[in-house]
Amino acid sequence: MSNPSTPDPSFLRGLTQRRLGRRDAFRVAGFSAAGLALAACGVKGKGVARPTTSAQAQSEVEKYWAGKVKNGHVDFANWPLYMDPDHPELKKFTEQTGITVTYKEVIQETTSWFAKIQPQLAAGQSIDYDLMVVTNSIQLTQLIKLGYLVPLDHEKLPNFTKNVGERYKNESFDPGNVFTVPYASGMTGIAYNPKYIDTPPTSYAALWDPKYKGKVGMMSDSQEIANFGMFMLGIDPEKSTPADWEKAAEKLRQQRDSGIVRKYYDQSYIDPLAKGDIWLCQAWSGDVFQKNLSDGTDLKFVIPDEGATIWTDNFMIPKTAANPVDAITLIDFFYEPTIAASMAEYINYVPPVPAAQEIIRADAAKATGQDKKTLEMIADSPLVFPSPEVYAKLRTYRTLADATEQKKFEGIFQPITTS
Amino acid sequence: MSRVRAALTPYALIFPGGVWLAIFFVVPTVVMLSLSLQSGNVADGFVFTWNWQSYVDGLTNYHDQIIRSLAYGLAATLIQIVIGFPVAYWIAFKGGRHKSVYLFLLLLPFLVSFVLRTISWQFLLSDNGMLLGPLKDLGLLPHDFRVLATPYAVIGGLAYNFLPFMVLPMYVALERIDPRVLEAANDLYANKFQTFIRVVFPLSLPGVFAGVLMTFVPATSDYVNASVLGGTNTTMIGNVIQNQYLVTQDYPTASALSFTLMALLLIGIFAYAKALGTEDVLEVAAR
Repeated sequence: MSNPSTPDPSFLRGLTQRRLGRRDAFRVAGFSAAGLALAACGVKGKGVARPTTSAQAQSEVEKYWAGKVKNGHVDFANWPLYMDPDHPELKKFTEQTGITVTYKEVIQETTSWFAKIQPQLAAGQSIDYDLMVVTNSIQLTQLIKLGYLVPLDHEKLPNFTKNVGERYKNESFDPGNVFTVPYASGMTGIAYNPKYIDTPPTSYAALWDPKYKGKVGMMSDSQEIANFGMFMLGIDPEKSTPADWEKAAEKLRQQRDSGIVRKYYDQSYIDPLAKGDIWLCQAWSGDVFQKNLSDGTDLKFVIPDEGATIWTDNFMIPKTAANPVDAITLIDFFYEPTIAASMAEYINYVPPVPAAQEIIRADAAKATGQDKKTLEMIADSPLVFPSPEVYAKLRTYRTLADATEQKKFEGIFQPITTS
Repeated sequence: MSRVRAALTPYALIFPGGVWLAIFFVVPTVVMLSLSLQSGNVADGFVFTWNWQSYVDGLTNYHDQIIRSLAYGLAATLIQIVIGFPVAYWIAFKGGRHKSVYLFLLLLPFLVSFVLRTISWQFLLSDNGMLLGPLKDLGLLPHDFRVLATPYAVIGGLAYNFLPFMVLPMYVALERIDPRVLEAANDLYANKFQTFIRVVFPLSLPGVFAGVLMTFVPATSDYVNASVLGGTNTTMIGNVIQNQYLVTQDYPTASALSFTLMALLLIGIFAYAKALGTEDVLEVAAR
């Protein structure tokens, strides 16, 4: 990946971090939320069956949306640094539709957000938001399974149908976008510090190389390490079986027990990487760029030859939302290509609307100086607009269907990181 | 009438604290105890089934982390006694009129957030940081030497973070020693060393005991130090419990582990009290 020679402010504010693992090291807040969740966790089961036929799905949709009207307001919960702080897109939306938006950056991490909203949703109470953005994850699968999300009325999503890339329309975590539609995507690959590493790593094998003993950082997230273990063994994580998990776990244990792994990190890996405590590590594309731009470091990010995972942050409407019609109108607004382009220019993540690339190119043609360079770089960046070759190498997380499978998966991988 | 009021006064006094504890301690504890015996999952709900299996699972899968936590907690406590006792002694007997200044200085770093203090260690002890970097450049340390991501860093962090809770009770106990007792020892021909061993030290034991109680328990169940300063194979039971609640959402196992830890700590404390020859643990601690 190329880096700009001088930090450009638009780049600086834009190259944000991965959403799933924005894990405060200590999660004091999360802990108290878990306490609440615990107190509220009743004896009854809360799972609901996913609609199995399209007719059934359609009737669910009709049942929910019948009689729902526009109220003129949306409360939107999102992650920090995931939209231009001036909210130009939201202002435009209000201009066009008359719907006002309260935008709050309240989601720091998938697990703690889930722990926070679960008791309210379980009790059928409002969580004070009509719209939220959650990464595909065990928690997202649970939100769906527990019946906490509104079935989306695709008739209210014409832009989605028209403009969103095909690959976002059949995601394994929510085939057919029954409950979720994409906000943005990003990748997990290998980051390294060229000050200590001469030959750029091209394969996952670098993370198992004894010459980097004690200088390799891995993530504490079970799914992330599992994916790397499986890539290392040539297994496609998305289609993996429990037998594959065991094999990957063995590989990861071997990596840990031979002292190669220094530590299992949450999002805090980036500073040790810059300081040289670790030389190479599992990383989220955006972190590396942001660090380079904000601190003038020269860290590198690679997608290994074996492939990498792409994750997607998704829009969803909680079942207890007060303004679902306004929320779904706002969702669809984000799929207008000009809006998608303007978002990608700021957040520098993969927009679900492929047409955004040409619009950014056109913007670049009009711009001058540093802005022009930045926009061109975004339009050409394989991390914002992965080429077909890169896409071909990208895999999605394994969707863990039910509690038994989740427990099995965590039971295999969690002991590796909590050793 | 006044007799009635006098009889009611103690209850009136205990009322606010009692209600507070009932709501925020007793209720959650009972809920947690019940949870630890339930089975199920978040999606399908939890059912109370006398499921002791969570305790068995917790102990089988995480006994290493439990033992490690107790060992780290113990090591940190011993370090604190070794470091803290002389400090408390010095302030109590040699502090003169500046005692309160010294105490304030001791507490000063602890006005900074616990988490920030721990992260600052990360900064100081970084492999090429301000402490290890120069030593490595001078060839005094091998290049792959590190402190972070080792058990020593975690134990050190624990010892550092709870130090005032050790020093203050010891100081209070030492400060309270009547100078006339020391004079009496002197009059009875005890030299300074004998005075210390046979008079001062025994009289300071309640303080040491309170200090141990106030540091060993939180140090053992701490999870911040292990997550910030630790590496592989340094995970403490607090981290496991946190993970079980928030990531795996296996509430029964998390609750079972919490209760196991609580039981182990209680047993430890009472055994310690017994060994020390104290009849009433809590009374001593409160002194």
